[in-house]
Amino acid sequence: MNVKVNILRYNPETDRKGHWEEYILEADPDERILDLLHKVKWFDDGSLAFRRSCAHGVCGSDAMVVNGENMLACQVLVKEVSTPIKIEPIRGLPVIKDLVVNMDSFFDSYKKVMPYLVNDDEPGERERLQSPEDRDRFEDTTKCILCAACTTSCPVFWTADTYVGPAAIVNAHRFVFDSRDNASKQRLEILKDVDGAFRCRTAFNCTSACPRGIQVTKAIEDVKRETLTIN
Amino acid sequence: MKVIKHSFDGVIVGAGGAGLRAAIEAAPHMKLAVITKLYPTRSHTGAAQGGMSAALANVEEDNWNWHAFDTVKGSDYLADQPAVDILCKEAIDSVVELEHWGLPFSRLENGKIAQRRFGGHTVKEGEAPAFRACYAADRTGHMILQTLYQKCVSMGVTFFDEFQVLDIKIDDGVCKGVIAYEIATGDIHIFEARAVTFATGGFGKIYKVSSNAHSLTGDGPGILYQKGIPLEDMEFYQFHPTGIYRLGILLSEAARGEGGILRNKDGERFMERYAPSIKDLAPRDMVSRAIATEISEGNGAGPNNDFVYLDLTHLGAETIKQKLPDITDFVRTYVKIEPINEPIPVQPTAHYAMGGIPTDVNARVLSDVTGTVLPGVYSAGESACVSVHGANRLGTNSLLDIVVFGKRAGQSMVDYVSSTKPMALSDNAAEDLTNKIENLMEKDHSLEFSVPRIREELQDTMEENAKIFRSEESLEKQTKILSDLRDRYQNVTISDKGKVFNTELLEAIELEYLLDMSDTTVASALHRKESRGAHSRVDHVERDDKNWLKHSFAFKNGDSVKLEYKDVELGNYEPKERKY
Ligand SMILES: Cc1cc2nc3c(=O)[nH]c(=O)nc-3n(C[C@H](O)[C@H](O)[C@H](O)COP(=O)(O)OP(=O)(O)OC[C@H]3O[C@@H](n4cnc5c(N)ncnc54)[C@H](O)[C@@H]3O)c2cc1C
Ligand code: SF4
Ligand code: FES
Repeated sequence: MNVKVNILRYNPETDRKGHWEEYILEADPDERILDLLHKVKWFDDGSLAFRRSCAHGVCGSDAMVVNGENMLACQVLVKEVSTPIKIEPIRGLPVIKDLVVNMDSFFDSYKKVMPYLVNDDEPGERERLQSPEDRDRFEDTTKCILCAACTTSCPVFWTADTYVGPAAIVNAHRFVFDSRDNASKQRLEILKDVDGAFRCRTAFNCTSACPRGIQVTKAIEDVKRETLTIN
Repeated sequence: MKVIKHSFDGVIVGAGGAGLRAAIEAAPHMKLAVITKLYPTRSHTGAAQGGMSAALANVEEDNWNWHAFDTVKGSDYLADQPAVDILCKEAIDSVVELEHWGLPFSRLENGKIAQRRFGGHTVKEGEAPAFRACYAADRTGHMILQTLYQKCVSMGVTFFDEFQVLDIKIDDGVCKGVIAYEIATGDIHIFEARAVTFATGGFGKIYKVSSNAHSLTGDGPGILYQKGIPLEDMEFYQFHPTGIYRLGILLSEAARGEGGILRNKDGERFMERYAPSIKDLAPRDMVSRAIATEISEGNGAGPNNDFVYLDLTHLGAETIKQKLPDITDFVRTYVKIEPINEPIPVQPTAHYAMGGIPTDVNARVLSDVTGTVLPGVYSAGESACVSVHGANRLGTNSLLDIVVFGKRAGQSMVDYVSSTKPMALSDNAAEDLTNKIENLMEKDHSLEFSVPRIREELQDTMEENAKIFRSEESLEKQTKILSDLRDRYQNVTISDKGKVFNTELLEAIELEYLLDMSDTTVASALHRKESRGAHSRVDHVERDDKNWLKHSFAFKNGDSVKLEYKDVELGNYEPKERKY
């Protein structure tokens, strides 16, 4: 079948601002949106820029806005979206070229919440023990692939880019609820800050955007509640 | 072109499991940079699913000697046994160390790390399948990559994200640094560094149907090969039995470890005929051959009889949800069927390079068959060939390999840097590279010589002529095709002449590595006149230990490939017939 695809293009070397380009592509309904982008790049316009690597939803490279919603281009099939298919870069981060945005501030926010296990106790020669129940408490948030679909779908983040954003809070959650970690208090102090978890207005955009099915809003709520216990 | 110069003691190229593990070891002792063409967390280690083996004995009696036996037998006796001993012995501490750094392994009721069965891993040298693979549901690689990156963040390791290394500088046989291209700006960066580790991963993109990411193009091996460094055992490329039909997306062996069964079009559990004792959990080379045989004998399913089924329907919804959540989601997303109720169409998919840059057990790169070390250059992970996997890797042994030998690469960098003085590179060190790029940019674009056209033909023909079963005829044919493609590549053109995020330019450069990987694979396969592990010659069906118990070293010789051979290092296990 033929599908019409509109892509928001921007090349900083030639364009003053973004503009829409239309492509008519021969496509199979079972193909991924990413396959369509490859068709444009490989057989029509080699300068089209987008990130991708794994092509099956596990590396987090290709979050973009398709028909108004954030998703991974490699995780959605042509038959699942309506045509014409409109593809734009994720919002709230500076565009470098076409569908590629600058991720620096996103990773800076991630690094702010101490996204690593802190435990200075002598662990002994074998593994630390952890019951399956304790392990389950943070299972959901271990799945994050740092794709930024959640953060860039958040209306609070669009207006205040100093907000750490859902992804950073998800990654804090992963350690706050890990029974082996000893730095919850420090992490929660950071998230109590003006740009922390309480900025969240529970819009739920993040939860619907997450390609890993993480209950992002719930994780933020868990963190908010935990923050109230540290005083 | 703008050229910027940096000075470091050591540089690690690649931020997958192997590169990050090396960085953790080296960073405290030197001025270190990790250069990576992808953001570290996008590396393909994150796609690994099933597990990482270590004889922890958390479920049942186990010891590292049995693990070593299985690894050697799985390798069809081509692995170097002293290296295998290191791998299996150091496995235990490596897993424990990852746990201490926060890796969220799945747990047993008693709180210990959970372990599952995997192909080719047995207790008591073949008696029964062993519970040896440590796992975190079916996203073990994701957890390893995240944990190692988190550790690097906590240590303040310096990263150059989305910088692609395109050249190494070796003067008078000594390493002086690398040259990288900054993807966002098109600027060229000279990195002075006397210790350089390549941890650039595999090159599954030489085939059409593959479990590998688009980024896996053999950059490290390609860069070194073009400088005259040989590539070892390139004829041994692993096809994983269970890729999703046509797409190649992997469905982990964990699916069979948890009880999944392969069936042909009649519903028959055909592995009973090929490996009576461990059946569906036989090593990958055997299972992939069995599937290919079923298909060629007309027992494949579907209108074209070209796939078989992976049946999970008897496992129950709860096991699937707890233990195989991601891979069953892939099936729902891409095939639109419910694996709890329906069997899944699968076919073998290009998966893992046993071959690569030759190294010793300390990850030092070797420049010939006598074991001469190339000073200052190291490699670990899938880009390297130690060799611990020989002719066929066992599942779960690669995640192990990347941490065990990644650590050793880091240690070797430390030893080398502490006993040598900084090296200087001149300001025009990037000249070869800038010339190459300017050449590519200047040529008028023509579709015939475009990257996608040449690459597509390469992948289609490698799939046809150099896959699971090979013959002199198919390999000769492919040699000719590769030589034509190489000629066309000399005229390759691109349409994007810009500086910012010009990934078309980078794809053009990567295509040359894919051609190098294909040339060496086909030449090594053509010369090896026996069948061993993943290398099956229909015209030489037996393994031939008398003549071929040796590693192939493929050298660049103008536009052709020259082969030399190195004896396998044996140990406790004498080569025997391989039966399961
Ligand atoms: C789908 C799948 C499932 C798997 N499951 C398992 C499993 O369950 N158990 C197991 O043991 N093994 C498994 N494997 C194999 C294993 O995951 C890989 O072999 C291993 O992760 C490779 O790690 P690596 O660090 O060598 O490379 P990668 O993780 O691939 O990292 C390569 C790095 O090199 C960088 N790079 C490449 N070229 C350049 C360049 N020119 N300049 C700068 N940077 C560059 C990339 O950015 C990346 O950071 C699986 C593999 C696949 C594909
Ligand atoms: S929480 Fe989900 S949407 Fe947000 S960064 Fe992680 S994986 Fe992406
Ligand atoms: S390309 Fe990896 S998530 Fe889409």
